[in-house]
Amino acid sequence: MSASTPFALFANATSLPWAEVPAWPVAELVHKTGRELNRGARLCAWFGLPEGDRTCLVAVLAFDADNTLAVGRSTPFIGTYPALTLLNPQAHLFEREVWEQHGLTPAGHPWLKPVRRTAGDAPANGEFFRVDGREIHEVAVGPVHAGIIEPGHFRFQCAGEEVLHLEIALGYQHRGVETALAGGPHRATMSQMETVAGDTTIAHATAHATILESLAGAEAPLRAQWLRAMALELERLANHTGDMGALANDVAFLPTSAACGKIRGDFLNLTALICGNRFGRGLVRPGGCRHDLEPARATQLLGRLKTALADTEQALAWLWDAASVRTRFENVGVVFPAQAAEIGLVGPAARACGLVRDVRYDHPAGWHRFAQAPVAVWPGGDVFARARVRSLEIQRAGQYLGEQLAAPADGELHSEIAPPAPDTFAVALVEGWRGEVCHVALTDTAGRFRRYKIVDPSFHNWTGLALALRGTAISDFPICNKSFNLSYCGFDL
Amino acid sequence: MTLILDFILRLGLWLLLAPLLPGVINKVKAWVAGRRGPPVLQLYYDLARLWRKGVVLSTLASPGFIVGPAVAWVALMGAAMLVPLGTAGAALSFRGDVLLLIYLLALARFCTAWAAMETGSAFEGMGAAREVSYAVLAEAAIVAAVLSLSVQTGSVSLATMLSPSAGAGAVLLAAGLFTVLLAENCRVPFDDPNTHLELTMIHEVMVLDHSGPPLAVILHGASVKLLLFSVFLTEAVLPMGDLTPSGAAGALAAGVLTVTVSVGLVESLLARFAFRRVPLLLTTAFLLCLFALLVAWKGGVV
Repeated sequence: MSASTPFALFANATSLPWAEVPAWPVAELVHKTGRELNRGARLCAWFGLPEGDRTCLVAVLAFDADNTLAVGRSTPFIGTYPALTLLNPQAHLFEREVWEQHGLTPAGHPWLKPVRRTAGDAPANGEFFRVDGREIHEVAVGPVHAGIIEPGHFRFQCAGEEVLHLEIALGYQHRGVETALAGGPHRATMSQMETVAGDTTIAHATAHATILESLAGAEAPLRAQWLRAMALELERLANHTGDMGALANDVAFLPTSAACGKIRGDFLNLTALICGNRFGRGLVRPGGCRHDLEPARATQLLGRLKTALADTEQALAWLWDAASVRTRFENVGVVFPAQAAEIGLVGPAARACGLVRDVRYDHPAGWHRFAQAPVAVWPGGDVFARARVRSLEIQRAGQYLGEQLAAPADGELHSEIAPPAPDTFAVALVEGWRGEVCHVALTDTAGRFRRYKIVDPSFHNWTGLALALRGTAISDFPICNKSFNLSYCGFDL
Repeated sequence: MTLILDFILRLGLWLLLAPLLPGVINKVKAWVAGRRGPPVLQLYYDLARLWRKGVVLSTLASPGFIVGPAVAWVALMGAAMLVPLGTAGAALSFRGDVLLLIYLLALARFCTAWAAMETGSAFEGMGAAREVSYAVLAEAAIVAAVLSLSVQTGSVSLATMLSPSAGAGAVLLAAGLFTVLLAENCRVPFDDPNTHLELTMIHEVMVLDHSGPPLAVILHGASVKLLLFSVFLTEAVLPMGDLTPSGAAGALAAGVLTVTVSVGLVESLLARFAFRRVPLLLTTAFLLCLFALLVAWKGGVV
């Protein structure tokens, strides 16, 4: 299907000259994008690009079945344009973001309110969708929560214990990440990219390094690509294990909860064994990696990995063997496959709805072109399915690490890369543990960043959480929330 | 004079021993999870700390916010005075005191729920609603249990009712009362006393806005309630009247410890139930007590 598309096609982790990106009047861009989305494409990014006092819109699409990405843009304009959300709901948050950042109004958008900022006021003080009725009560949770988590505001409309509607207001962690990148890359940029979402350090750092490499028309040495893939899977293992423990904790299942907290630390320490930092900071750099994994340490890593994996298997066996846990997880917080496709879910949340959607498989880049783990999919769309997918991914990531550590790539770890080419457009997708991390860059005539767009998987998936809560008991919100475990700072940027 | 001395001694015993139980439960849980866990005396430290603290009062709250926990605590202590301890009998004993016990427990619950709704918070309203809706089912089970003991002994005074063993229906009664104990004291699988998630709490969410001494009173009252149910369960099952005074005291202590450790083990090995499944379990507890009643009523005939 992508053969007949008017969009410019390219592969993940490659670049193309900006002049080759087709430009249409905005109504036509919206129409064409809507048509592709309704034919099965996925919206990876939709953002504004200021040109003088006008702005042009850029659409980055993914044709998963064809392993291809596509890009198109509008001619610069000002004011109002017909909303893409009306054609496909995947765009609804993107359009709100564009409205907030550039003042372009999507005409007919059903729920146009800011994504991160509310006219200088706290997001919790914004407007919320309200359900009327004598029996309806409103519950407000956050931005300060009882646990040690990030700030975010949740507004529930409930009839008794049943949630009719949940609206999520984020923006408390907005740090201006994208603004800081304009005119970059700066000296601090790489460190900033590692902290876009602290628990997704490797994925975001890899995406950014890949962008710089493809803008330079180069590639990191194979050994660096291999090491990045190892670190990415270690990050997945640590976070998924932590999530399984947190899920067990939320249903008061003590054994798994106690064990997983400790094992998560073991996995983090393996990343520390590679680069000295438990979250992998300082490992990935444009052009390669900064720390090598010598055979002696690789052997040590493999040994410790096996122990940690065996511990995880035991802890998860307790969880899955407990009928009391399974009844808590089943049929709670269901997202239907049709809904998931409609709102463009990514990562384990999408795979738990039976959607085979994995960047490592659909748009392989780096080491994943040579070695892939099977995609972990589970039908159902409930908390059980999401936990199950995590559980499967722990197994497969462990197996993948075992195989790949035994057959490392040889050669250099780092190579000098040229500065970014001028007027070039690049996209890098990386399958982080939460899902698709998307970085998009466009350089100006001097080869500096003219626009840098980051889409964290959480940006796609928060809507999924809101949908999962519909018709669910409000007391099940914590396990639904944990089963998605989305990032607040990755969304807020 | 000795009567007053006896009363004060009992009051002191209940006051001082009750906070030990949550400490034991937490130790058991920590042991199963392979952790060291908080000290057994942690609740005593917490109570001392809370007692020295100030109180944050909502401008919306009426005096009921403070009065509620106080009345609830007095009601629970009063209920405790009605429960006989081994062969020593109760501080207060009269015909029909068991009815007063049930009403005092209900009064304590009413006052906690009332105080919870004083601040107008959505969380506490939800908590209060959950607490009273489960209480309806739990009370049915308690009434059935009391009836079975009453039929068994032909008495409506706790001292006589709890003196012999519950007879043939003892196992049914023990299972039913243990389930009620878990529900009434907000333990897993009904509630999770350790959770930090306000949306899933029952008892904890009702006291979210309380602080300082009123919170200390609520926490202490909860531990007294736990001790009260443990003592009641132990004495209902064991034949207290047939033992020597020291033997009865030993059996009572051992029984209460067993119940406490069982609560810890249940909490360690079972996940919490979804709210919609709780009525099913409470109805099961009611049925167990009802069958104990049937055994006590018709058991001798066969």
